[in-house]
Amino acid sequence: MENSRPKRVDIIFLMEGIDPIKVVETTIKKSPDDIILEMIDSGLKGRGGAGFPTGLKWKFTRNEESYDKYVICNADEGEPGTFKDREILDRVPEKVFAGIAICGYTIGAREGLIYLRGEYNFLLPTLNEKLILFNEGLKKIGLDFSIQMRSGSGAYICGEESALFESMEGKRGEPRNKPPFPTVAGYLGKPTVINNVETLVYAFMIARIGSEKFKEMGTKDSRGSKVFSISGDTPKAGISELELGMTVQQFVDEFGDGDTKAVQVGGASGGCVPRKMFQETIIGYEGIPTGGSMMLFNSSRSMYNVLHDYLEFFTEESCGQCTPCRVGCQQLLKGIEAIKRGDKSPGYLEDLKKLAKTMKVAAKCGLGQSVANPFVSIVSNFKEEIIY
Amino acid sequence: MSKYLVNLSVNDIPVSVPEGTTILAAAKKLDFKIPTLCYHEDLCVAGNCRVCVVEQVGARALVAACATPVSEGMQIHTNSATVRTARKTIIELLLSEHNADCTKCYKNGNCELQSLAHEYRVGEHVFIDLVNGKHRVIDDLSPSIIKDDSKCIRCQRCVRTCDELQGVSALTVAYKGDLQKISTFLGHPLAEVVCTNCGQCVNRCPVGALVEKTYVEEVWNAINNPNKHVVVQTAPAVRVAIGEELGYNPGERLTGKMVTALKRLGFDSVLDTDFTADLTILEEGTELLTRLKRALVDKDTRVALPMTTSCSPGWIKFIEHTFPEFLPNVSTCKSPQQMFGALAKTYYAQKKGLKAQDICVVSIMPCTAKKYEANRPEMRSSGYKDVDFVLTTRELGMMIKQAGINFHNLEDSQYDSFMGESTGAGVIFGVTGGVMEAALRTVYEVVTGREVPFKNLDILPVRGMEGVREAKVKIEGCLPEWKFLDGIEVSCAVAHGLANARKLMQAVKDGSAHYHFIEIMACPGGCLGGGGQPIPTNEEIRAKRATAIYREDEGLPLRKSHENPEVKMIYEEYLGAPNSNKSHALLHTHYLARRRY
Ligand code: SF4
Ligand code: SF4
Ligand code: SF4
Ligand code: SF4
Ligand code: FES
Repeated sequence: MENSRPKRVDIIFLMEGIDPIKVVETTIKKSPDDIILEMIDSGLKGRGGAGFPTGLKWKFTRNEESYDKYVICNADEGEPGTFKDREILDRVPEKVFAGIAICGYTIGAREGLIYLRGEYNFLLPTLNEKLILFNEGLKKIGLDFSIQMRSGSGAYICGEESALFESMEGKRGEPRNKPPFPTVAGYLGKPTVINNVETLVYAFMIARIGSEKFKEMGTKDSRGSKVFSISGDTPKAGISELELGMTVQQFVDEFGDGDTKAVQVGGASGGCVPRKMFQETIIGYEGIPTGGSMMLFNSSRSMYNVLHDYLEFFTEESCGQCTPCRVGCQQLLKGIEAIKRGDKSPGYLEDLKKLAKTMKVAAKCGLGQSVANPFVSIVSNFKEEIIY
Repeated sequence: MSKYLVNLSVNDIPVSVPEGTTILAAAKKLDFKIPTLCYHEDLCVAGNCRVCVVEQVGARALVAACATPVSEGMQIHTNSATVRTARKTIIELLLSEHNADCTKCYKNGNCELQSLAHEYRVGEHVFIDLVNGKHRVIDDLSPSIIKDDSKCIRCQRCVRTCDELQGVSALTVAYKGDLQKISTFLGHPLAEVVCTNCGQCVNRCPVGALVEKTYVEEVWNAINNPNKHVVVQTAPAVRVAIGEELGYNPGERLTGKMVTALKRLGFDSVLDTDFTADLTILEEGTELLTRLKRALVDKDTRVALPMTTSCSPGWIKFIEHTFPEFLPNVSTCKSPQQMFGALAKTYYAQKKGLKAQDICVVSIMPCTAKKYEANRPEMRSSGYKDVDFVLTTRELGMMIKQAGINFHNLEDSQYDSFMGESTGAGVIFGVTGGVMEAALRTVYEVVTGREVPFKNLDILPVRGMEGVREAKVKIEGCLPEWKFLDGIEVSCAVAHGLANARKLMQAVKDGSAHYHFIEIMACPGGCLGGGGQPIPTNEEIRAKRATAIYREDEGLPLRKSHENPEVKMIYEEYLGAPNSNKSHALLHTHYLARRRY
C-alpha cells in the first residue's frame, strides 16, 4: 500500500439488505465449533485496543463447564478521543445485538449484557426499545438468549474488563487480579466473553460474509478493517472505517492539515508518533495498535500541554488501588511540572522515564501499565518542549 | 477435588507444590522471602501494593507473587534486576505519599513499611514529596482508635478485615486516583459510625494509619500520684500474649512474671479480671436459668431466648447497630472488666477503707473495644467512672519496656487478694467457646448437683476455631428445684468474629436456627485474638495462644467458677445472691438501639 491512500471500507455501518435476526438464525444452524473456527480463521482481534484474538476468547469460554455463562458488550467507551462505539450503537445497534447473540449461542450463554458508558445514557431509551423487539426476535427463532442494558457511572477504569464486572456486580470499580481470566471467572465469577462494541459487529459481519472476505483486507497480523475516531488538528474530524495496515504517513496524508507534527495513536493510553516516524510506523498490531482514537497535533500545539493533560487524566482516573499507578501518575505529573518550573533538573526526566517503565511492568492493570506509552513516547520525541 | 502437584522453579531451584498455591507460598517453601504489604494471611488477596512483584520468565510484565497461582513449568525470579528496581521504586513511591515522621510515630519499631524502607535502604528521596499540601485529618474522636490518613498506604487490609472478618464494613475505599482513600460512611468520625471499636483493623494495619488510642501517660500519672490508689486488673487473654511484646514466641504462659512486672510498675494492687469472669458465670448462669424457667414453667412468652453473652463490647456495639431487635436477648450482665470496675470502687473500696474517688482502676485488656466500653455513660455504677483507663496488651508491653524491667529474669508472683483469685473457668473466657464452657460447667452442676458429663471437664464440642459451632447438652437427673429442666437438651452456639456473629444471628432471626444460649466474641479466636493483642496475628499464632489458655485452665486447682472462694465470699459479704438487687445495681446494665450507619 506504499504511499497509496488509506482505503475506506463500509462494513460496520452497512445496514442495507441486512436483517440481523435473519443472520443470527442462519448462523445458529452451524455448530458452535464451526463458528469458532470461522472466527479464529478470520484473524479478528479485539477492537478495544488490547487485541486478543476474538475466536480464541470465545473458544476458551465455550470450553469452560458452567451452567451460567455471560456475554458482555463493553460499551464503556472512555478513552479520550474515542467516539466510534457511540456512533455504532446509535446507528446500527441491531448489529451489535446480533453479534452478542451469536457469541451467546457459540459459548453456551443465555444472557448478554451491554455495559453502557454513563455519559451515553441518552442512548438508553432507544436501545431499550430496540432490545425489546430484538429479544422477541430471538425468541421467535428459538434462541434461548436475551440481552439487557447496564449503565456505568462515568469512571474510566470501568472500561477495564474486570473492573467492569465489579461495577456490574454493584461493587467499586477496581480491577481484579488475573488470573483468573474472564473466560474462566468473569461476571459473577462465571465464564464470560467480554468484547468491545466494534468487535461484536465485526464478529457479526464475519458470521454473515465469512472469514475469507474479511481476511482479504488488512495484513497478516492485523486482519480486516477498523473504525477510527479522528480528532485534533484535522479538517476531517469524525468517524472513518479504514482498512488496517496503513502507515501513519498515509493516514496523515489523508487526514492531516498539512502541518501535522505528531499523531497520538490509541488515545491517552496509546503512543505518540512524531513526524520523523510517520513513514515507518504501521497502524496495527505489527506497529502501533489502537483502539481507534487518532489525535492529530500540528506545530501550534505544545506537547508539554498534551502530556500534561494526559497525566492529569490518569492521575484522576486511576482507580487508585495499586501503588505504581496511583502514586506513579502523580509523580509523573508533578515531575514534569517541576522540571518546567526549574525546580528539578532536566536530568530528572530520566528518573521519570524509569518510573514509567516500572509502572509498565508493575502496575496491576492495563491502565497503569499503559501510562508509560504516552509518557515515554512524548518525552523521548519532544524533550525540548517538555523541558523549556 | 484432588490437588495436582505443579512443578516450577524459583530462582532456578525446582519445587513442586499443590495446584492453586501462590508464587509467594511456593517461594516460602524454598525459604525465599518475598516482601509483602497488602497481603495478610487472614484476608482475601488484594494484590494492590505490588511490592511482591516477581519476574516470570516469558511474561510481558512482572506478576504479583501474592496473587498469582503457580503453573506448570513456571520459572520465577524473586531477586532479578527488574524486580529489585520495581520493588525499590514502589517503596519509594509509597514513601513519597507517606507522612514518614517515624520518630514521632506510634508504630515506630513495629511497622512493615518502615522495615521495608530499612531493608532496602531507601535513602535520598528521588521523588517529589506528595504529603506536603495534602490536608491532614486525624480522626481521634473514638476512645479506642485513631485513624491518620497521612500514614495510610491504601493496602485495604483494614477494609477487608472490617468487611470479611467482621461483617461490619465501617471502612471502605472512597474516591479514585490521587484522591483515593479509606473512608467511613460519608467520612464521619469512627466514633459516629457502625464501627464496633473491635480493633481488628488496627491489628492488621501494616503502618501507623490505624492505631489504638493510648492511655499510657495517664496511667503513669495515676501511678505517680500519691493520692491515688491504683488498682490494675488483667484480662485472661493478656497473660498468654504479653510475651510476644517482649521477645517470646507466641503461646508462652507468663502469668506469674506479668504479675511481678505489674507490681514493679508501681500498681498498688494487682488483681485479676478472671475473678469477675467467674462472677459473670454466676450472674449470667442464673440469668439464663431464670429465663429458661420463665419460658418453660411460667410459659411467659415475652422471655427473650436465645440468650446471648455480653462480655464482648465489640459484639455489644455490633448488635446495637445491626440487630437492635435482639437487644432483649443479650444478657444484662456487664463484661467482667466493668463488673470489676464497679466492685473496685464499691466493695473493694469499702473493705480497704478507701474512698471511691481515690481509687484509679486500670485494665489491661486484649481489646480496644474495652476502651470504648469503659467510656460508656452506663458504666458509672459506683458513682464514678468505674474503670478509669484501659490499656491493651501492647501498651502494657510498652510500659514494661519504658520502666526498664528485664521481664525475662523476673520471678513469678501471685495476684493480690482479694479480687485476685480465679478458676480455670475464668481463664478460658479468653478463648472462643470459653464462656460457654465455663457457663456449662457451672449451670450443669447447679441444676443436677453433678459435674458436666465431659472427661476432665473439657467440653470439647464448644472448643476449636470453626467460625460457628453448635453443641447440645442433655440435662438429666435434675435436683428437685430444677425438675422442669429434666430431659431438656440445652442447645448452644458459639461464634467468633463478627461476620460469623452476623451469620448466626441472621439464622436466629429468620428462624432457621434455634438455641437457648449463644456465646459471641467479636474477635477471631475470641479475646486472645483481640484488637489490643500483639501484632502480627494469624491463625497459627491464635491457635498457640488458645493452647496456652487451655493449659492454664488445666493447671489451676479450681476449674469451676462457683468454686472460686473469693466469689463465694463476695456473695456472702456483699452481694447476697446472684441477680440480687445489689448485683443488678452494680453488675448489670442495659443497651441502646443505634443507627445502622
Ligand atoms: S494500574 Fe491503576 S487503574 Fe489499574 S489497578 Fe492499579 S491503580 Fe487501578
Ligand atoms: S507508619 Fe511506619 S513508616 Fe510511617 S511514620 Fe510510622 S513508623 Fe514510620
Ligand atoms: S475497629 Fe473493627 S469495626 Fe471498627 S473499623 Fe476497625 S475492624 Fe471495623
Ligand atoms: S488504614 Fe492501614 S490497613 Fe487500612 S488501607 Fe491504610 S494502611 Fe492499609
Ligand atoms: S503483597 Fe502482593 S500485591 Fe501487595
